[in-house]
Amino acid sequence: MAMNKIRGAFAVPRKGETFELRAGLVSQYAYERKESIQRTIMAMTLGKDVSALFPDVLKNIATSDLEQKKLVYLYLMNYAKSHPDLCILAVNTFVQDSEDPNPLIRALAIRTMGCIRVDKMVDYMEDPLRKTLRDESPYVRKTAAICVAKLFDLNPAMCLENGFLEMLQEMIGDPNPMVVANSVTALSEIQHTAPETKALQVTPNTLRKMLMALNECTEWGRVTILSTLAEYRAADVKESEHICERVAPQFQHVNASVVLAAVKAVFLHMKFVGPELAKTYLKKMAPPLVTLVSSAPEVQYVALRNIDLLLQKQPDILTKELRVFFCKYNDPPYVKFQKLEIMVRIANDRNVDQLLAELKEYALEVDMDFVRRAVRAIGQVAIKIEGASERCVNTLLDLINTKVNYVVQEAIVVIKDIFRKYPGYEGIIPTLCQCIDELDEPNARAALIWIVGEYAEKIVNAGDILGGFVDGFNEEFSQTQLQILTAVVKLFLKRPEKAQGLVQRVLQAATAENDNPDVRDRAYIYWRLLSNTSDQNATKKIVLSEKPPIVTTISTLPPALLDRLLQELSTLSSVYHKPPEQFVGQGRFGADAVQRAAIEEQLQNARENPLAAAAAAAVSGSAPSAQAQNHVENLLDIDFDGGAPASAQKEPTAGMSGLEGLAGTPVRVQSPAVGSSSPAPQASNNLDDLLGVFGDSGATQPSSSGVNAASGDLINGFDGLDLSSHSAPPANSQQKTNEDIMSLF
Amino acid sequence: MLSGILVFNQKGENLIFRAFRSDCRPRLADIFRIQVISNPQVRSPILTLGSTTFSHVKHENIYIVAVTKSNANAALVFEFLYRLILLGKSYFGKFDEEAVKNNFVLIYELLDEILDFGYPQNTETDTLKMYITTEGVKSAIVNSATDSSRITQQATGALSWRRADVKYRKNEAFVDVIEDVNLLMSATGTVLRADVNGQIVMRAYLSGTPECKFGLNDRLLLDTGDASGPSSGRNGGGAGNGKTRAAAGSVTLEDCQFHQCVKLGRFDADRIISFVPPDGEFELMRYRATENVNLPFKVHPIVREIGTTKVEYSVAIKANYSTKLFATNVVIRIPTPLNTAKTTERTSQGRAKYEPEQNNIVWKIPRFSGQSEYVLNAEATLTTMTHQKAWSRPPLSLSFSLLMFTSSGLLVRYLKVFEKSNYSSVKWVRYMTRAGSYEIRF
Repeated sequence: MAMNKIRGAFAVPRKGETFELRAGLVSQYAYERKESIQRTIMAMTLGKDVSALFPDVLKNIATSDLEQKKLVYLYLMNYAKSHPDLCILAVNTFVQDSEDPNPLIRALAIRTMGCIRVDKMVDYMEDPLRKTLRDESPYVRKTAAICVAKLFDLNPAMCLENGFLEMLQEMIGDPNPMVVANSVTALSEIQHTAPETKALQVTPNTLRKMLMALNECTEWGRVTILSTLAEYRAADVKESEHICERVAPQFQHVNASVVLAAVKAVFLHMKFVGPELAKTYLKKMAPPLVTLVSSAPEVQYVALRNIDLLLQKQPDILTKELRVFFCKYNDPPYVKFQKLEIMVRIANDRNVDQLLAELKEYALEVDMDFVRRAVRAIGQVAIKIEGASERCVNTLLDLINTKVNYVVQEAIVVIKDIFRKYPGYEGIIPTLCQCIDELDEPNARAALIWIVGEYAEKIVNAGDILGGFVDGFNEEFSQTQLQILTAVVKLFLKRPEKAQGLVQRVLQAATAENDNPDVRDRAYIYWRLLSNTSDQNATKKIVLSEKPPIVTTISTLPPALLDRLLQELSTLSSVYHKPPEQFVGQGRFGADAVQRAAIEEQLQNARENPLAAAAAAAVSGSAPSAQAQNHVENLLDIDFDGGAPASAQKEPTAGMSGLEGLAGTPVRVQSPAVGSSSPAPQASNNLDDLLGVFGDSGATQPSSSGVNAASGDLINGFDGLDLSSHSAPPANSQQKTNEDIMSLF
Repeated sequence: MLSGILVFNQKGENLIFRAFRSDCRPRLADIFRIQVISNPQVRSPILTLGSTTFSHVKHENIYIVAVTKSNANAALVFEFLYRLILLGKSYFGKFDEEAVKNNFVLIYELLDEILDFGYPQNTETDTLKMYITTEGVKSAIVNSATDSSRITQQATGALSWRRADVKYRKNEAFVDVIEDVNLLMSATGTVLRADVNGQIVMRAYLSGTPECKFGLNDRLLLDTGDASGPSSGRNGGGAGNGKTRAAAGSVTLEDCQFHQCVKLGRFDADRIISFVPPDGEFELMRYRATENVNLPFKVHPIVREIGTTKVEYSVAIKANYSTKLFATNVVIRIPTPLNTAKTTERTSQGRAKYEPEQNNIVWKIPRFSGQSEYVLNAEATLTTMTHQKAWSRPPLSLSFSLLMFTSSGLLVRYLKVFEKSNYSSVKWVRYMTRAGSYEIRF
């Protein structure tokens, strides 16, 4: 009754849901109390704040009904923070429960205690935890093992002082496989958050224990053990061989994550064993990898992204399996796109016919995005396999004849790339020129104009074609304008008599009537070159110089990053094809770390190369605004304090056409791998990405990428405009720099 | 690892919110709703915002979402989400919005048990069902200490999938070999892709702790001089009689995967499938075969687009298996253009009907005996459309089920049961082939 009076004094509402719930919670009937607890939990799930009921719910903690106890514990875990003082009332029950004769209750108590993140609770945890770690029931022990990780998260000092880590390390030798697995799990978590503790040190002894537990514990435990094995550096070749031998049977597990974890472990240890043995393991892992492709679409997607990585390292493990990657009609788009990438990667002269037929089939479907990628894939195959280039070109011509607008446009862009490798296909140019009126995308127009300019001496009516474009010069996108400019100049140099007037007109239009500084600058450069009278051939040498053929249009990761990612197989990092630092930040610290690293890099650069530093400064100058943008996005607040490294990467710049989202994250994280023609692949060091995170306006991006190539700094500064013109799909970085130097002038 | 598990309905209402770590805050539910559920552009199952990653799976009419804050194991996350769905299905029959709403207490209880601090624990349905039950009735058992120590023993033991004290009067084992045959045939009639995804489901009603050995006509095993399965093996019951064994060739299995009860080390060493089965029904193994796939049906479609107003179909389908067998529930889906106004069909067997919502002509043949051939002739009249967009011609697809036939040619050669008390047991084998994705382009 006294309680009621006090409550009256605080004027608790006499009606409404909270009131009803409270009435139920203190009811004299057990079933009513239980029902009220259930309703409270329901309200909690719906996002209503029921923390006011804390004392009343807490009263129900002492019960013999296990289900009710679990519900009360659930409530406690959620609201303990709001009533830290009252939690002390529950401590007694927890301590008592942790000595209950029933192992389920002992485990439940210790499990929940670890989740109540209140300092007072932590103080009382020591004793029960110590006891439960030595409990006779393996079920309690395995729960207590995880609880050590929870405690470490809350209060590392206490965890270390009480020697819980040592206890856990001993538990790797536990006879029960699940206890072993959970101990490894807990230790590896501690190791990752605080490497200085050296929590998980694999010794020959623990290695043996883990390998033994591997075959007996649950599938999830296996994943943990396999991941730990993958991270472990074997002492010698023998040990690596042994690990591979013991892990390989796990390829046959039904759980895809176990298979991937096993592949990862074997793949990383394979490097150390003899080449013959390594070969047999590669052969052994192919069928399980293929099987992953028939799992649920999401799992399939993760598997495909990982296969992509593996193929970049070991290109021929799946060459016989092309058919498995054929797209099904109702595959989700993200799976289809990834399958396309993989098919191109495993294409060789033997399966290319099959692949081409399939790609042609895809190019006739209706999903525009998919069709474009299929067309692009044909181009990639042509450039990859020289022997098949003619068949590819014929296929592309067939596609152009379908007259489907977007197919034609994409095909032209692709053919331009083919010309850059095989200049001999000029016979098809008339066909291409016929579709000139259908092209409305700047990319496709630019590609066609490039072709016309490049083969100006062989196209009889090149002047007329370009004349048409020059007439509408100011209506074009700047990307196309740059291309028109270059093409006209080329034409003029090759056949001066035809283009005398044209070149005048275009230079006039580009310098006098155009607002875009890039276009103007280029026009001025050409003008100066053309008016150079001292050496007639200089201009020709520069503009018509021999360009090195491109090597590939398939995007590949830089080797260092690839090796890094192979260590992260099956994780998010392997799905995004990005190192984890770029999207994982732990609160404020993560973001800070990224920023610090960026500043560090800048300073480094300043020391090495003052010019680059200037560029970097420009980037950091734009950082505040970029951050402001972050904050807008963060109104949704994911983690305001987290600084959001991944989400800072803004909407795609012109060349990327929004494809990158598909790599994994539709909205924010740009993934360089999915054949986007972005400048990303040339980011051979991370600095680029780091800076990219902060400078997200299109203009600063090129200059930030200029930082890494000290030699070509000035030239790379123009990278942005050049990219839009000639080299839409970047070859590889070095090559590109070369080419840029040449084609710029 | 996992920071939390969330369940949403299609409207974006949060049905379940279970945080396992302090960094999973209630606000995240709103973010997922805004960024994924109400955003039609999202096409990927993984979304990272800030340092928070949402991995989601859609099942029936609910979204099941895992929230992670670290560089989590993506494969494990999705496998776990699918396991959760499986658990939900086996507990509630169907795992949809209604089931979640009606059983949210139980779901919280389950989540508490199968995830600890975001790390998956034991997710075996059978074990969990021993101490987490739909009705609170059994909690009496759980409350008695001796029983629960037995349960916990099992939940963590090396044989976490089997109780020790199983007893049956009649010891039986049923083996179902179920194959999904996938076909992709090009418009010119060449087989682009044909493979079989098989699964072997076993229902074991065996006493004690039986050790089983299982033999297939696996080529690798047969070729390496088979010591373990002599033809005079003591296989009782229906597990392959002498005739089929003699007639059967061997099959190359591309890859197999086993239930966790199978000793993988032994299979890896000498391809012997040996295991202690869980009690009741479980999936013993899955396999894949790509060589010599017998296609049960041959479909020959002729589709002509006449002008822009009419499409003519003539689809012939022939059964390619022995006359003694018959397939059931054969359904052929024949796509029609989106602007179909009216169709007429004639069939030599079964019934055909136009389903406008699916843009399909559905031709059903309830019973299809071996070697017979049926034809459908149809005509679709099209309405004229203002913008003429090409018809994508989705492939024609087939579904069927066919008993006592395996596309891969797989046969069970023996199933041996060893138990301490040395009882005799009866084994039954059944074969079935179904259509996986059986698609024919035209």
